[in-house]
Amino acid sequence: MTARMAAVAAVAVAVAGCGGVQSVLAPAGPGASRISELVWILMVGTIVPAAVVIALILYAVFRGRRGGGGPRVGDTRLIVLGGAVLPGLILLTFSALSARYSAEVAVPPSPPAFTVEVTGHQYWWEAKYPDHGVVTANEIHVPVGQTVRLHLRASDVIHSFWVPRLHGKMDQTPGHTNVWWIQATEPGVFRGQCAEFCGLQHALMALLVIAQPPAEFDAWIARQRQPAPAPADPIRERGRQVFVEAGCAHCHAIQGGHVPRFTGSVGPDLTHLGSRRTLAAATIENSRELLRAFVVDPHVFKPGVRMPATRLPAEQLDALLAYLATLQ
Amino acid sequence: MPRPETPIDARLASVWATDPGFYGWLTAVNHRAIGLRYIATAFVFLLLGGILALVMRLQLAGPGLAVLTPGGYNQFFTMHGSTMMFLFAVPMLEGIGIYLTPLMIGTRDMAFPRLNAFGYWVYAIAGVTFYVAFLFGTAPDGGWFNYPPFSGPGYSPGAGIDFWVTMITFIEVAALVASVELIVTVFKQRAPGMSLNRLPLFVWAQLVMAFMIVFAMPPLMLVSVQLMLDRVIGTHFFNPAAGGDPLLWQHLFWIFGHPDVYIILLPALGIVSMIVPVAARRPMAGYTLVAMAIVALGFLSFGLWVHHMYATGLPVLGMNFFAAVGMMITIPSAVQIFAWLVTIWRGRVVMTAAFLHVIGFLVLLIMGGITGIMVSAPAFDWQVHDTYFVVAHFHYVIVGGAVFPIFAGLYFWFPKVTGRMLSERLGRWSFWATFIGLHIVFFPMHVLGFEGMPRRVYTYLAGLGWDGMNLVSTLGAFVMAAGILLFLVNAVVSLLFGARAGDDPWGGNTLEWATSSPPPPYNFLTIPVVRSRDPLWDETAAEHEGWVTSNPQHPRRDVMVTTLLDAAPDHIDLLPGPTIWPLWAAVGAAIAFLGSMIHLLLVPLGALIAVVAFVAWLWPPREELPA
Repeated sequence: MTARMAAVAAVAVAVAGCGGVQSVLAPAGPGASRISELVWILMVGTIVPAAVVIALILYAVFRGRRGGGGPRVGDTRLIVLGGAVLPGLILLTFSALSARYSAEVAVPPSPPAFTVEVTGHQYWWEAKYPDHGVVTANEIHVPVGQTVRLHLRASDVIHSFWVPRLHGKMDQTPGHTNVWWIQATEPGVFRGQCAEFCGLQHALMALLVIAQPPAEFDAWIARQRQPAPAPADPIRERGRQVFVEAGCAHCHAIQGGHVPRFTGSVGPDLTHLGSRRTLAAATIENSRELLRAFVVDPHVFKPGVRMPATRLPAEQLDALLAYLATLQ
Repeated sequence: MPRPETPIDARLASVWATDPGFYGWLTAVNHRAIGLRYIATAFVFLLLGGILALVMRLQLAGPGLAVLTPGGYNQFFTMHGSTMMFLFAVPMLEGIGIYLTPLMIGTRDMAFPRLNAFGYWVYAIAGVTFYVAFLFGTAPDGGWFNYPPFSGPGYSPGAGIDFWVTMITFIEVAALVASVELIVTVFKQRAPGMSLNRLPLFVWAQLVMAFMIVFAMPPLMLVSVQLMLDRVIGTHFFNPAAGGDPLLWQHLFWIFGHPDVYIILLPALGIVSMIVPVAARRPMAGYTLVAMAIVALGFLSFGLWVHHMYATGLPVLGMNFFAAVGMMITIPSAVQIFAWLVTIWRGRVVMTAAFLHVIGFLVLLIMGGITGIMVSAPAFDWQVHDTYFVVAHFHYVIVGGAVFPIFAGLYFWFPKVTGRMLSERLGRWSFWATFIGLHIVFFPMHVLGFEGMPRRVYTYLAGLGWDGMNLVSTLGAFVMAAGILLFLVNAVVSLLFGARAGDDPWGGNTLEWATSSPPPPYNFLTIPVVRSRDPLWDETAAEHEGWVTSNPQHPRRDVMVTTLLDAAPDHIDLLPGPTIWPLWAAVGAAIAFLGSMIHLLLVPLGALIAVVAFVAWLWPPREELPA
């Protein structure tokens, strides 16, 4: 087990470097930005009076040890003033602020440009762009400066969609569709992570939101709309057969003009697997070697995922990977 | 000064004594025996839950470690949360209440002594079963909140969740009977003259806690039975595919769960309200305000369960109501803080280990309280909900707000319970280790939450900026554990070699200090007449003028029943004595509850045993004729 986990640690996706990757206090969109204002207001607004009260208590203990006294005001007046009136006024202000900020960030700042349907699965995310006819997984591309509406659902247990630098989290509950939104004000890769305990691999159920200038985003959409190419040589054709015979197609879809169509819906759509930055829900880098290792035994990286280990002869595995490499 | 023994002492002792030997131990019904068992058992569960936490901290000390498997980690955090909430905090505070309440209100035992024993056996059986299941590898792994559908038959088919659901339902029986017991005892058995406005504040807190349990536990029992039905006979309460709804669980669970936090907090605040005036050598300032604040906390705590559901997609307008309640509940807490502050300020403070824990508690409660204000704003919560920020928040509140007062109370009442003083020096060391350790463990978690680290993760990737703070937190856990260990050493050493305490080592104000340490089986020779809130400070001779028993030559187990508001003497009631039947009733109930996991026939079998035991327990004794 130790060796296995070391393997994950060694190949885990290199996340940006030195922290702040999922920081609530490093907002990159209007949702997170407004909330971070509220965070600072409430922190300062509560820490200051709390520090005063703690100082008063320590002072009272100090005075009390020398025989007391205290202000010449009645006990009841002191308690009502300090314990009810002053905190009451502060807390009323906070309640009003809370209502205002919450109502504001719950709705999008501008009309959404389009909708992405994000469905949580144990332990990955499916992202559908119904307006564009695109399906992908664990990676959501959005145009910078445009609001994107999210329809959040879950296929099995409760998950929670959270990309801290863009906006607060919203649950994905089976039987419900929660409407939420995100917007990025700068280009970049924003990591998010499942925020509701969902089982063995809850810890490593992550995703990337990639904000691009609108032209780049359009180009990405255009590429994602392309069907998978037909295998160009016998090895890749053999790989496509292995994909069927080894059972991959039961779970994974590959959209292409060829027959038979692969329409599995248990695991991520693989039509553009090669275009993604990460594998295994933003946990390991998308390289040929790691993909091979993951296909051989995904449980080395993520114990408990639903994808079974495979025992393919080397020749078949090579062919399969050659075929998967064409899915760009 | 210990009081000289009188002939009537011996006669009372023979009537109220617990039978000797192991069988006598099984049949004991005395409130102090039961209370002590609760406290000792809950302390064992505190240690077990703490060990689980240490292993979890080791697993999280760095990214990608493998001290535990993912499944093992999920079991550990489920067991840790369930242990601390259900097996430690509530039973510990009920145990302290069961031990102290009759002493504080001046009566000989609680209203239903056998029910008391029954409650303890239920608790002990449920707790032990829960850990036996854990040792056999069938521990639950759905979290202490156990949300379906994850905890439903589709995603958790094993027996672990069955154990959790059954244990929770069963153990609430113990909490409920203890509550009924406390309410009746406080309402009807106060010493003459102890009108409700003279009730010690700890007893006020126990009373409100008991009412809260009566209203908060049934929703939990209901919802866990629904989950059991989903799992065992295929109902669909939480299955959206068949018209059920997972959110139903969350509403009902948190209608219990949020009050539960205050069920734990209130009696702890009550302990503080007893220690502060004694330490400050001055009556409590703002007694009426504090009593009102305790009642207000009890009511308000039922109005903020949605607090835990801000990210479920409920309407924002409705959430604002819960947000406002979440903020306003600060006021009754602040009222109590200012009442203690004024009492300390105006007093002549004598520093003791108990009082040191009270000061630590005040600092920690305020620190945990302000993060509570922050998370009650929905927009704020959307960022930090289910992150380490929340873990930091509630550990400050629960460890700081409840565990520190519990330790303060143990230092304060240990002499009364055992007749020996705890070491003050070890107490101070233990305090500083726990207090500093707690900050090292939990303060960095605030930052981890802001840096985006979710809760309930068995590991995390390197490069997210979380490594250093997690390592610090893990190191702090061992400092904190050392503090708890020092208390344990202190308790054992002091029990054997501690200085003799005498009746009233602190110069206390309430009735428990009027009797010997440890108190005799009948608590008081005479039931005192109370004329003020601080009977021992105002009338030192109070104990020598009260009622003893209806027939001093041939005493029976009789207690004085007084009126609800004014505690005017009303009539004399007879209490039942030791018996084995509560144990059998608990065993029968356990077979019925736990047997439902093995074979449904065990349910009627267990129920039959329980019914037979209940009949035998209630069988009227033959009236003894005076010789």
